[in-house]
Amino acid sequence: MSAAAKPETLTYAQAACLALQEAMRADPNVVALGEDLGRGGIFGQYRGLPQEFGPERIIDTPISEATIMGAAVGMALAGLRPVVEMRVVDFALCAIDELVNQAAKNRFMFGGQGRVPLVARMPIGLWGASAAQHSQSLEAWFAHIPGLAVVAPSTPADNYGLLKASLASGDPVVYMEHKELWGMEGEVQAGNEVPLGKARIAQAGKDLTIVTWSRSFHDCVAALPALAKESVSVELIDLRTIWPWDRETVLESCANTGQLLVVHEAVQVGGFGAEIAATVAEELGIRVRRLGAPRIPAGYAQPLEDESRVGAAKIVVAVKSFLA
Amino acid sequence: MAGGNPRLVSLYRMMARIRAFENAAEIASQGGVQAWGLAASSTPALVRGPLHLSTGQEAVAAGVCANLVREDLLTSTHRGHGHTLAKGADLNRMMCELFGRSTGYNRGKGGSMHIADFSVGMLGANGVVAAGIPIAVGAAHALKVKKKSHIVACFFGDGAVNRGPFLEGLNWAGVYRLPVLFVCEDNRISATTPTGPMTSGEGPSARARSMGLRCENVDGNDVVAVDRAAGELADWVRKGNGPAFLHAVTYRFKGHVSVDPGSYRDPKEVEQALAYDPLRLARNELIEAGEPAAAIDEIDTAAKIEVDVALTIAKSSPWPDAASAYEDVMDSGKGQWK
Ligand SMILES: Cc1ncc(C[n+]2csc(CCOP(=O)(O)OP(=O)(O)O)c2C)c(N)n1
Repeated sequence: MSAAAKPETLTYAQAACLALQEAMRADPNVVALGEDLGRGGIFGQYRGLPQEFGPERIIDTPISEATIMGAAVGMALAGLRPVVEMRVVDFALCAIDELVNQAAKNRFMFGGQGRVPLVARMPIGLWGASAAQHSQSLEAWFAHIPGLAVVAPSTPADNYGLLKASLASGDPVVYMEHKELWGMEGEVQAGNEVPLGKARIAQAGKDLTIVTWSRSFHDCVAALPALAKESVSVELIDLRTIWPWDRETVLESCANTGQLLVVHEAVQVGGFGAEIAATVAEELGIRVRRLGAPRIPAGYAQPLEDESRVGAAKIVVAVKSFLA
Repeated sequence: MAGGNPRLVSLYRMMARIRAFENAAEIASQGGVQAWGLAASSTPALVRGPLHLSTGQEAVAAGVCANLVREDLLTSTHRGHGHTLAKGADLNRMMCELFGRSTGYNRGKGGSMHIADFSVGMLGANGVVAAGIPIAVGAAHALKVKKKSHIVACFFGDGAVNRGPFLEGLNWAGVYRLPVLFVCEDNRISATTPTGPMTSGEGPSARARSMGLRCENVDGNDVVAVDRAAGELADWVRKGNGPAFLHAVTYRFKGHVSVDPGSYRDPKEVEQALAYDPLRLARNELIEAGEPAAAIDEIDTAAKIEVDVALTIAKSSPWPDAASAYEDVMDSGKGQWK
């Protein structure tokens, strides 16, 4: 095991790979299953693992999403800790019964007899002209389901640390990487697990709290200089885990700044931003606002896809109109 | 006309048009998206997003669709350009859609993976493997309820036979004796995974046969054989005998998507497959039938010119308005949620 203390520069994909590699080395019960895994996954997020762990633990599967997920439930009940690869969340919709009715409910429904420690990777997000069936951000759907944890890392360090925590959690975890982040590089410190349910304050500020996650975090970062120019002091929070979300950090920040904007790539209507905004309004009675995508499917052509992208410019506009 | 096999000439022409279209689309897609462990290129591609080429599989689309009429319906896959063209779609509007222009079939909303021309019964390519199967079955059910004499051709890949909707859809079609011609376009691979080792039992037609469907297996690179088998099955389906199943074995010449170098395949296998080119086979047959080589070359040239024109049209066509992103979402509550 690489107990080396030095941080490495890794891509978001490599960071996940390292987390899984360490978990698989530490626990022979950890396996991964999904389409094309035998060649390292189509995003390279399993690269090298088939060579190290062989086909019994990095399991190449038929195109059978329902059974990939359902079999993982059975594997988990029988003592393995499966990592399920769905390729994109849109295909995970072919495995909804297995995840929502089976994995999520098992422990409760059977009176605590069983546990379903599985991590279902289902990347979200717009992905360069991939159109309506390969672009969705559905984290709110899964956050709505009792029994599921939902995780959405925004950086290589978090993809490493949150995947490790997800693997260790013992719960069914919906693990949502973002397809436009696979190639992003960043420092990763092996051993630095990021606990589920712990947000990160990326920038301290006093006028406005912005809560965001996944790729939208980077859009918010990109908006910061323009906001600083407008003399808006932003406290930027990367939520990292959608469920359980870090109410404490968010509420504390909002109590200080007195205003909240939630930004996410998912459709704004019924998005998880609504839950956060409502909670903050209920608890603190302060002004809240949300910014997400319009309620339209992702279009293929750039001008259409751009309508679904939140982006720094729209964030700046939203903040200015909010504070005006 | 010299020769004397006009049907083969027209099959060849369709294959040549598909090949020319795929070649042009492939070039226009260079740049593409970041995937397959490759970074996205900094030069933006003219055709963006995942582009699944049917290069090498032209004989299946051409041979099957030659046995369909305009009113027949068709469902396709992510690899659907060939099916769309062969069903009678306009090549220019297809190219415009790949370029994401407002003049495309889907007004720039769908792109390659969702190409469709409902006016010729082509009900859509699909980004979800096997998703076209239940849709084809339902369309056939509608034709039956409405007492129409038309049929539905349902294309899917070898990988699709391992998804539940395959079993459910074939069973349904059998139970209600629906007019569906299922076409398993078997290029032997699913993305990077050879399908054989992932498929238990005797393969697609054995599964179909076990559900009572009439089945034929055919060399999917031999357009004459595909045409003959599809013709027999389509007639049989048209006569109200219930669903039939065509298993056509072929080969995917390119990577899974246009930016995928496909380096996970055995180069020897690829080389052999490239030598068994469906266009070359058809050309040889044409020559044997007495068609002059120059006439065949002319077909190729005409296809290239047609595609060049389409490229020019596509490049100069307007982008969709941003406002159109809000059109055709739904009627209820229209315009309420921006
Ligand atoms: C339900 C679903 N799972 C996975 C995918 C990702 N995917 C796209 S194409 C493909 C391979 C399909 O193989 P096959 O059906 O043989 O068609 P081919 O690509 O060979 O034409 C896969 C796995 C998908 N689009 N839909």
